[in-house]
Amino acid sequence: MFENIWLVPLFPFLGFLLNGLFGSKFSEKQAGIVGSGAVILSFLAAGAISYQLLSLPEASRAVTQTVYTWIETGAFRVDLSFTVDALSAIMLLVVSGVGTLIHIYSIGYMHGDRGFARYFAFLNLFTFSMLILVLADNFLLMFLGWEGVGLCSYLLIGFWYEDKDNAFAGRKAFVVNRVGDFGFLLGICLIFATFGTLDFDSVFASASDVLPPETATIICLLLFVGAIGKSAQIPLYVWLPDAMAGPTPVSALIHAATMVTAGVYMVARCHVLFLLSPMAMNVVAVIGLFTAFLAATIALVSTDIKKVLAYSTISQLGYMFLACGVGAFGAGIFHLYTHAFFKSLLFMSAGSVMHALQNETDMTKMGGLKSKLPVTYRVFLVGALALSGVPLFSGFFSKDAILWKSVVSPLGGFGYWVIATGIAGLTAFYTFRLIFLIFFGRSRVQKEVEKHIHESPVIMTAPLGILALFSLAGGYVGMPHFWDKFDHFLQPVFSKYIENNLFERSEQLFGLEFGFMATSTLVVLLGIGCAYMLYVVRPELPAELSQQFAGLHRFLFRKWYVDELYDATVVRPLAVVSDKVLWRWVDVKIIDGFVNKVAEWAGRLGATLRLMETGLVQNYALMVVVGAVALVGYFLLR
Amino acid sequence: MHIPLLTIITALPTVTAILLVFLKRENERAIKYVTLLMSTVVFLASLPLFFTFQSTADMQFTEVHAWIPALGTRYHVGIDGISLFMVLLTTFLTPIVVLASWTNISRNLKGYMISLLVLETGILGVFVSLDLFLFYVFWEVMLIPMYFIIGIWGGRNRIYAAVKFFIYTFVGSLLMLVAILVLYFYHGGLTGEYTFDVLKLQETHFPLGYQTWLFLAFGLSFAIKVPMFPFHTWLPDAHVEAPTGGSVILAGVLLKMGAYGFLRFCLPFFPHAVEQFTPLILTLAVVGIIYGALVAMVQPDLKKLVAYSSVSHLGFVILGIFTLNNQGIQGGLIQMVNHGLSTGALFLLVGMIYERRHTRRIADFGGLAKQVPVFATFFMIVMLSSIGLPGLNGFVGEYLIILGAFLEQRVFAIFAATGVVWTAVYMLLMYQRVMFGKLDKEENKKLLDLSPREIGLLVPIIFFIIFIGVYPNAFLKKMEPSVNHLIEVVKSKTLASDIREPSLIIGLREE
Amino acid sequence: MIIPISYYLILSGILFTIGVVGVLTRRNAIVIFMSIELMLNAVNLTLIAFSKQFNSLDGHVFVFFVMVVAAAEVAVGLALIVAIFRTKESIFVDDFNLLKW
Repeated sequence: MFENIWLVPLFPFLGFLLNGLFGSKFSEKQAGIVGSGAVILSFLAAGAISYQLLSLPEASRAVTQTVYTWIETGAFRVDLSFTVDALSAIMLLVVSGVGTLIHIYSIGYMHGDRGFARYFAFLNLFTFSMLILVLADNFLLMFLGWEGVGLCSYLLIGFWYEDKDNAFAGRKAFVVNRVGDFGFLLGICLIFATFGTLDFDSVFASASDVLPPETATIICLLLFVGAIGKSAQIPLYVWLPDAMAGPTPVSALIHAATMVTAGVYMVARCHVLFLLSPMAMNVVAVIGLFTAFLAATIALVSTDIKKVLAYSTISQLGYMFLACGVGAFGAGIFHLYTHAFFKSLLFMSAGSVMHALQNETDMTKMGGLKSKLPVTYRVFLVGALALSGVPLFSGFFSKDAILWKSVVSPLGGFGYWVIATGIAGLTAFYTFRLIFLIFFGRSRVQKEVEKHIHESPVIMTAPLGILALFSLAGGYVGMPHFWDKFDHFLQPVFSKYIENNLFERSEQLFGLEFGFMATSTLVVLLGIGCAYMLYVVRPELPAELSQQFAGLHRFLFRKWYVDELYDATVVRPLAVVSDKVLWRWVDVKIIDGFVNKVAEWAGRLGATLRLMETGLVQNYALMVVVGAVALVGYFLLR
Repeated sequence: MHIPLLTIITALPTVTAILLVFLKRENERAIKYVTLLMSTVVFLASLPLFFTFQSTADMQFTEVHAWIPALGTRYHVGIDGISLFMVLLTTFLTPIVVLASWTNISRNLKGYMISLLVLETGILGVFVSLDLFLFYVFWEVMLIPMYFIIGIWGGRNRIYAAVKFFIYTFVGSLLMLVAILVLYFYHGGLTGEYTFDVLKLQETHFPLGYQTWLFLAFGLSFAIKVPMFPFHTWLPDAHVEAPTGGSVILAGVLLKMGAYGFLRFCLPFFPHAVEQFTPLILTLAVVGIIYGALVAMVQPDLKKLVAYSSVSHLGFVILGIFTLNNQGIQGGLIQMVNHGLSTGALFLLVGMIYERRHTRRIADFGGLAKQVPVFATFFMIVMLSSIGLPGLNGFVGEYLIILGAFLEQRVFAIFAATGVVWTAVYMLLMYQRVMFGKLDKEENKKLLDLSPREIGLLVPIIFFIIFIGVYPNAFLKKMEPSVNHLIEVVKSKTLASDIREPSLIIGLREE
Repeated sequence: MIIPISYYLILSGILFTIGVVGVLTRRNAIVIFMSIELMLNAVNLTLIAFSKQFNSLDGHVFVFFVMVVAAAEVAVGLALIVAIFRTKESIFVDDFNLLKW
């Protein structure tokens, strides 16, 4: 199977071609089958490859396949080559597995949409790009996937392009991502300038020998700029909440489970470089932590169901970066893996709610839906418990792995743990705020909408059920001390090129770990309790509180005024400078003005000189005589 | 048997033009089909150039005939890996341009087609000439039909644009003529062999003082043609006024002549001056990249936007060329081809929408994606190519250039790399305003989607946009030896320390 | 007695100058024509003088050429004047400024 790695991305690409070229002639059923079938095939291929990978001895679990040479000039050579190791195998399975479920769910969700085939074409193209990103064996090919997923994100956010806001959100996502890509691109250049190659294997193998620490820091920071853009961290996170304008399954697949985690994957992939630069590690951790905090605070007050989930995603991504920043790459990937399940579950059940309420996303217009949408309620609850990190759900294991590692790592500290645990409390609070506002209390649904409330069809609820199962049980592969399969599986990847002994000490501290775990669990339960108090027991309290702390509430509700800040400092000045200064002044007035002035002067000179042409022959003759006399005089007097 | 392929390719368009003279002006069908047929034949005839081209640095398909022996000028043509792609790009775009002009030339179609064909000869001549005198003749020949195309078949302000185009270019080329003569006499005085042969002149070492001035004279001419900031203001005018076909040729190949001139003449002739002026030129290139993009962002007119985007893209080309390393120059060459394809296609698309709506103001559109989905799809692909999305052609060129610059001068690379952001900003903004949103203008609700003819002329371009993005090595391999050779020449001449002082004054040849 | 060549030349110069002044100052086209003839003949005189001085026939040959050209010119010129007079009713050169800017 290893010589057929290329099949994995090929299937979705074929699906894209089929749906893209002939989609207009397909029926919904055909388009759906082509789209989902392509991803299922890809999932099967990925499964087969991963299974085969397991049969190899641990140390040699990395297989590379070169398809052809992509770009080669002089010493610069980049192949189109794929590599599968434990890390990419996990990513492959997550992408194609969750992707499959979301494709199937979409058949129900997008039913009746004019652009049904187009939707599936884009979704397949996304899956293709994401698989390329994950499989890439060098930085440039990774960048290809990286940009490809960005493009699909753009296309799908603006899928309902007739609404101006959607189109704007898509553009914003693309441009902000491009800012990140700018850093990534320069990082790639610097890597080539330093190592003379872009292949992962060669770069990482020689990194600890040839890379000076300052260069390592610069490379890592540049790469991290790319990760910041893609994974929506401060200061480039602003696109993700707006990206919720796209269809909900898209939010689930791209903006929760897969694409936004690409930054985490990239940092984990480049762990060798990051470990060489403690400073870059600290930057990663601090940015991750701060983002997690900021996004969680905004999620507390947002009333849009998808926006809350979006900020929650940003916040969870912050956790993953915190994990990477303290050197616990395995924990970061573990959280990525569990998060993919429960967050896409949450998004899609939110989609199911919206489906029932005719695309209403405002939570103030919901409530009391528990009995009307029983299946949705149950899976939503599972997702919420997992996201909050309630014990025995998948999110619990991954979150606690991060919390624990952040305190024991030499790169981490107790401060990190305190803040991160506090954020866990906030997370639990806003997650259950969602639950209570949507499913409990009395109904605030508008009358004419209420008549049509219905549970979603099986094609939508079945994927939800599967995801709920994974959200429930997916975490047991990473139970610390008892059944630590996940970390164990990833271990060869993270210790292949560089010794990572940050956590040697922590293995023995079982009791302490349990203590920390209990504390964070208490905090989580406290968060849930607060939400219960505020939104079920005394539903009038939140309004009073927001009145009392009006300033703070508005500050959070307006999302810390970051969008306004960017608009005032970057977007608008740039437009004005380009228009008024560069174009109308420099270009038109100065440069072109100069050109036209020269022409005008030439014209004026001509206009003056032509007055000599009187038309009278005698004047001309006089000039001839004068000229002749002058010439003769010159030669005589010389 | 030796087939003079280059001569055939170069002359065939003009021969066709002469044939057209004998056709009745009213017989537009025949004129169109003959032109299309013959330009396609030229393209097909140029294909063997690519397939039989040996990946070496030598000039190939060369032909040498005496022309004016008394002056030492010869008819000397040939191509290497640098000019090969320019020739192919020209022959490839011409039939497309003919097809694009199928319906939108309302008067004197015959004259238009004749101009187009003569123009093709002029451009091809520039790219294949290995004799400076011959080069200069073609360089000027190509000006005249272009002048007519803008001036006769252009928009409202066409005369102004045509004159501006002509005079701008002409000022540059006059200086170049003087410089060519200096080269000629200096080389003749030094070696006793009076010749315009590029390959021979290339081997001469010119004293530093000469190099500076000669470089400036050549460089100005090429800089105007490219156009580099701040010599670019003729471009928006010319593009806006030119008919679609004219714009495509102008953006697609005419602009490449400037960059080609830098590669073919400035670098190998005056390496010391190049060394001296590199910081300045790199600065101008980077300024052009950013400036062009920012100005493009605020343009209310589609064609102007694309024109300014050309300034930005060609900034990349110049940046690549003057990095003087393998990645940069090859990237620059690929980028020249890319720009020809993607900007050419953009002008075609803008022309198509103009033909339907008779306006190019962005504000007059909105929501077109719903009404004309096929058009929107093509536009999207071309736009993405222009943005430099990996997997399409634009990325290969842009990345190689940035990498090349990064290996030489990091600051310039960093500023140039901001171009990836700017390009996305203005292109997406334009696309959003034209294609997305509500379809709220009555006139736009009646728009027809692309006809089979229009799809037919876009598909080949799209094919190459994807092909170069996925498998650029097919092209890179062919150009690599020539580029390496060029770099070698420049480097070895720069290292050679014996720059002879001007030992003789330029004098007339002794008979 | 041999008249020195300078005499001829001076006379010729005087004649030529008179002709020039005539061409420049007179308004009547006919008079201008006559002045031109005067200039031509001044040149002829010079040619003859040099011809005698250097004992060469070349000067004579040139003089014939000049006379032939002058005759032709008069013919064409007068015809033009007649034609102009027909349209403009005037032979004053001040009235003809068709070449004016």
